[in-house]
Amino acid sequence: MSADARIRVDMVKTGVANVASVAAALRRLGADVELTADAARVREGAAVVLPGVGSFGAGMRALRESGLDAVLAERIAENRPTLAVCLGLQLLCQSSEETPGIHGLGVLPIDVQRLRGAPRLPHFGWNAVGLESSAPEPAVGLLEEGDAYFAHTFCLTDADALEAEGWTVARTDEGSTFVSAVERGSVLACQFHPELSGPYGAALLGRWLASARTASAAAAAQGGPTW
Amino acid sequence: MVSARIIPCLDVRDGRVVKGIKFQGLVDSGDPVERAAAYEAQGADELCILDVSATNEGRANAIETVTAVRAVLGIPLTVGGGVRALSDAARLLDAGADKVAVNTAALARPELLREIHDSLGAQCTVLSLDAGRRLDDPTRYEIITHGGTKRTGVDAIEWARQAAEFGIGEILATSWDRDGTGEGYDLELLRELSRAVPVPIIASGGARHAEHMAEAFDAGASAVLAASIFHRGELTVADVKRTLIACGHDLRLTP
Repeated sequence: MSADARIRVDMVKTGVANVASVAAALRRLGADVELTADAARVREGAAVVLPGVGSFGAGMRALRESGLDAVLAERIAENRPTLAVCLGLQLLCQSSEETPGIHGLGVLPIDVQRLRGAPRLPHFGWNAVGLESSAPEPAVGLLEEGDAYFAHTFCLTDADALEAEGWTVARTDEGSTFVSAVERGSVLACQFHPELSGPYGAALLGRWLASARTASAAAAAQGGPTW
Repeated sequence: MVSARIIPCLDVRDGRVVKGIKFQGLVDSGDPVERAAAYEAQGADELCILDVSATNEGRANAIETVTAVRAVLGIPLTVGGGVRALSDAARLLDAGADKVAVNTAALARPELLREIHDSLGAQCTVLSLDAGRRLDDPTRYEIITHGGTKRTGVDAIEWARQAAEFGIGEILATSWDRDGTGEGYDLELLRELSRAVPVPIIASGGARHAEHMAEAFDAGASAVLAASIFHRGELTVADVKRTLIACGHDLRLTP
């Protein structure tokens, strides 16, 4: 696949997520978007989206029932091009205060908590995404600073534990500081909705698609799977 | 800290944008897709589409309108009007809405709010509440339905409190007394609602200029909705944002 070819994006079909906005945003950027619950495609796809919306428990149940939980965890462990949005980010964690007793995918070694100290919940609206890091040399990657659109009540807070695992972490303040996005390799997971974040979000999705094209072309050149 | 939001609203009937005074005397004023794109370019933080069609045919057109608007729109879209069942809400989300506003049907059957919340999430569930000052006691508010023709006697603040327990994510609070008048939002209504419930309040009805919006934010609104002033081109979203930022309010700046 050449770097400028149209890329197919496989969007994980959980049945509990609203996917129209994400699909529309990616199509505006020239991607071919298809919904799938096929484990092989989610494992090997050139670019995979885990959409958000819904509750932690319902989301995990849907992934378990379709057998997608393991393949998603595998491809993320390999840093393959994967985008997780809102609840999608939370599903990567170990558990959530929203649905106690349900295990998440466990890719991120922390638990999801209720957003503390916010004047109003859910946290709805535009807020600043910041990249100040405690890491000595912040990585240059997909994320940039700017205003993004949020719609959530629960969040990730333990940024240090994520940075220790090699994730670049963006932070946002609303009553308290929480993790607004993480990236590692071609994996991008956002608490905000890039598909609803105007030009800022479109640019971020564009960089993620470009990294997926590059990764896909590199894999093909090495005689790997022809995604 | 989250920014205050400016939300242009398109009242759509049979696929065209209309806006009337006190929900009546509707006048055609444009193509929804063009309007949506223009408002996003002006810096709108979200867009709201209220389907005011009276017929099933009109409602089918509204789904097409949502799909067409979604294809071009890169900001959140709330759609209301005619949501009577969970299936209506799901259809609107499938078409490209991010949130659905539920009005009269929830009043008749509040469990509808819980059903939408449980199935689609709090972030999708908006209570649309049309309130007016009581005729017998203008310090209190009652819910008004049926295009303003029916005073229900239901206490608006109590209803908001009850709905919040059903898991709504936001309240779109329209003042029946102020809608279409240009006299400013009903600030007392906003104060009472924001004290009564923990969820964000969107102020609606009565805006003529940015100062009205500033008052609404000061009264506890997280967002303001306006239709006529933007449709008529009297002000752009960018105009009101510039004024509000100059007054010290925190809004998202757009390039």
